Amino acid sequence: MTVGGPLTRLLLGSPGGLVLVVVTLAAAVLVPVLHLTQPPGSPFFVPTWLVSLLGKYLCYALLALAVDLIWGFCGILSLGHGAFFALGGYAMGMHLMRQVGDRGVYGHPVLPDFMVFLNWNELPWYWLGFDSFPFAMLMVLLVPGALAFVFGFLAFRSRVSGVYFSIISQAMTFALMLAFFRSDMGFGGNNGLTDFKELLGFDLQAVETRLGLFSASCVALALGYLVSRFIVTSRLGKVLVAVRDAESRTRFIGYRVEYYKLFVFVVSAMMAGVAGALYVPQVGIINPSEFAPAFSIEVVVWVAVGGRGTLYGAALGAGLVNYGKTYLTAAMPEVWLFALGALFILVTLFLPKGIVGTLGGMGDRFRRPAAERRAIALRAAEGQRAAE
Amino acid sequence: MATVHARPEVHDTILYLDGVTVSFDGFKALNNLSFYVLAGELRAIIGPNGAGKTTMMDVVTGKTRPSTGSVLFNGGVDLTRLDEARIANLGIGRKFQKPTVFESHTVWDNLELALAGSRNVFNALFFRLRPPQRQRIEQVLETVSLAVARDTLAGALSHGQKQWLEIGMLLMQDPELLLVDEPAAGMTDAETEQTAELLKGIAKTHSVVVVEHDMVFVKALESRVTVLHEGSVLAEGSMEHVQNDPRVIEVYLGR
Repeated sequence: MTVGGPLTRLLLGSPGGLVLVVVTLAAAVLVPVLHLTQPPGSPFFVPTWLVSLLGKYLCYALLALAVDLIWGFCGILSLGHGAFFALGGYAMGMHLMRQVGDRGVYGHPVLPDFMVFLNWNELPWYWLGFDSFPFAMLMVLLVPGALAFVFGFLAFRSRVSGVYFSIISQAMTFALMLAFFRSDMGFGGNNGLTDFKELLGFDLQAVETRLGLFSASCVALALGYLVSRFIVTSRLGKVLVAVRDAESRTRFIGYRVEYYKLFVFVVSAMMAGVAGALYVPQVGIINPSEFAPAFSIEVVVWVAVGGRGTLYGAALGAGLVNYGKTYLTAAMPEVWLFALGALFILVTLFLPKGIVGTLGGMGDRFRRPAAERRAIALRAAEGQRAAE
Repeated sequence: MATVHARPEVHDTILYLDGVTVSFDGFKALNNLSFYVLAGELRAIIGPNGAGKTTMMDVVTGKTRPSTGSVLFNGGVDLTRLDEARIANLGIGRKFQKPTVFESHTVWDNLELALAGSRNVFNALFFRLRPPQRQRIEQVLETVSLAVARDTLAGALSHGQKQWLEIGMLLMQDPELLLVDEPAAGMTDAETEQTAELLKGIAKTHSVVVVEHDMVFVKALESRVTVLHEGSVLAEGSMEHVQNDPRVIEVYLGR
């Protein structure tokens, strides 16, 4: 039973989540302040490269959160969530390309360089409107959301679930990758979209812009967490867990399981889209490799490492694994993939609940002994009655 | 000879199966099955393994589509074209043979999820429990003797308690017709007796169909009994009547 106002429900129910919100919001303010006020030699100085790196991790954390929302709470294992991330990224990339204007290598007033190179004379229809920032932001949400809606509607209505769903989600992102590799698709083919200049008039190379993007990523992660937390603590969230645990039972008490799955899948895809849109200006490029099936699988590893079904654990897992990746790919590049594989196997074998789930489980043992004891006493009484 | 009731008028029935056949790869799980449950009736269904009892429930609740025949609910709603959620919302609740509860939810949340009302996605997002609904849950907790276990995770309950929780969830749904599959399976004698009393109480205000193996339990229900065999009705009548039917003795009770 959850009692109390909505704020209690959102924040206090999950101490780890509260920490996540506080830390990200504090970082949104502190990191820029420290960067701008501290001299480069100071121990409190946050260098520009670190701001960009952390900003990237935050986007990954939001993507992991999106995956945890559907996998941890509704049992939908998407191995293609990178597709929604990439689509959000492309929507942002298209806006940034239009912002380049006539400053491209070929100096064409409207067409991006790669279109001039392909001898195109005008913008394809699906590029129209992306010069407007609000329109592009709308597309960041709508394009992944629409794909998730159509894909989810077909899959959930036909009751495709479990490993079959995972496989077709993987096929979806693979198909999109192949499509985006084609130059005549009009998304820059192999090279993707890059050489961005500015966003909302701010120079993307300027440190202030980077700090702004960093703060925006912090806020997006905190908001993403709160939205997810609102969903999972509502009655809808209870239905999702019910679906995860006993899908047909949920149907027999009258819930239209496919609509619930569809709702949470679309929300999750939109969150992934936002993560992708924040990612692209910070790394300066979006190309079809973001659709690669391996990337989507990596996201699932982050969630598994952090702790499935905890939300903040997913964000933590994304941060930790990516820190490991940054470190290892620099120190011992050939080891990274082996380390990732080993990590997944070890976590599955020894920490099936992930880092947070395992630590939290220890905490629970101290926090909730009363309910446990009562259950044990009940079972004992039951056994005694059976014996009589 | 088995005396099957004269066919009642459809509008007097809560459940009306007529000529229902279900084949799985040529095997007829239900073979031209016809039987009727009157509104407000408590009915026990018995039969040896493979007689089609569970398939019959699957057909009524929309899990399985019959190849022929009609299944009418509440005097005329055709169930063969509807899916599980739709049928549940029309007012048919089902308890499975193996107790199926939401293991990682508390007893209270299990009941709350089954609470009759809107199943709309967006309503669920902003749902708040109102005092009368809270009282209703408290009431059902008492009825199924789980008030002390309200905050226990359903997965931690004993087998018998899970059975009762599932019956409690049925009560929360407040359906017109309850289909109850082997409620006494795995229960002690005392629990079995309590369960029979519970179902008889429920049957005062609902129509109930109980599938059961346990003869002591079926006797305790004091209801009409339908005997299924190889997918059709073999006999129907009081427990005493069917017990003395030589064909019933041969296929089922005699063994």
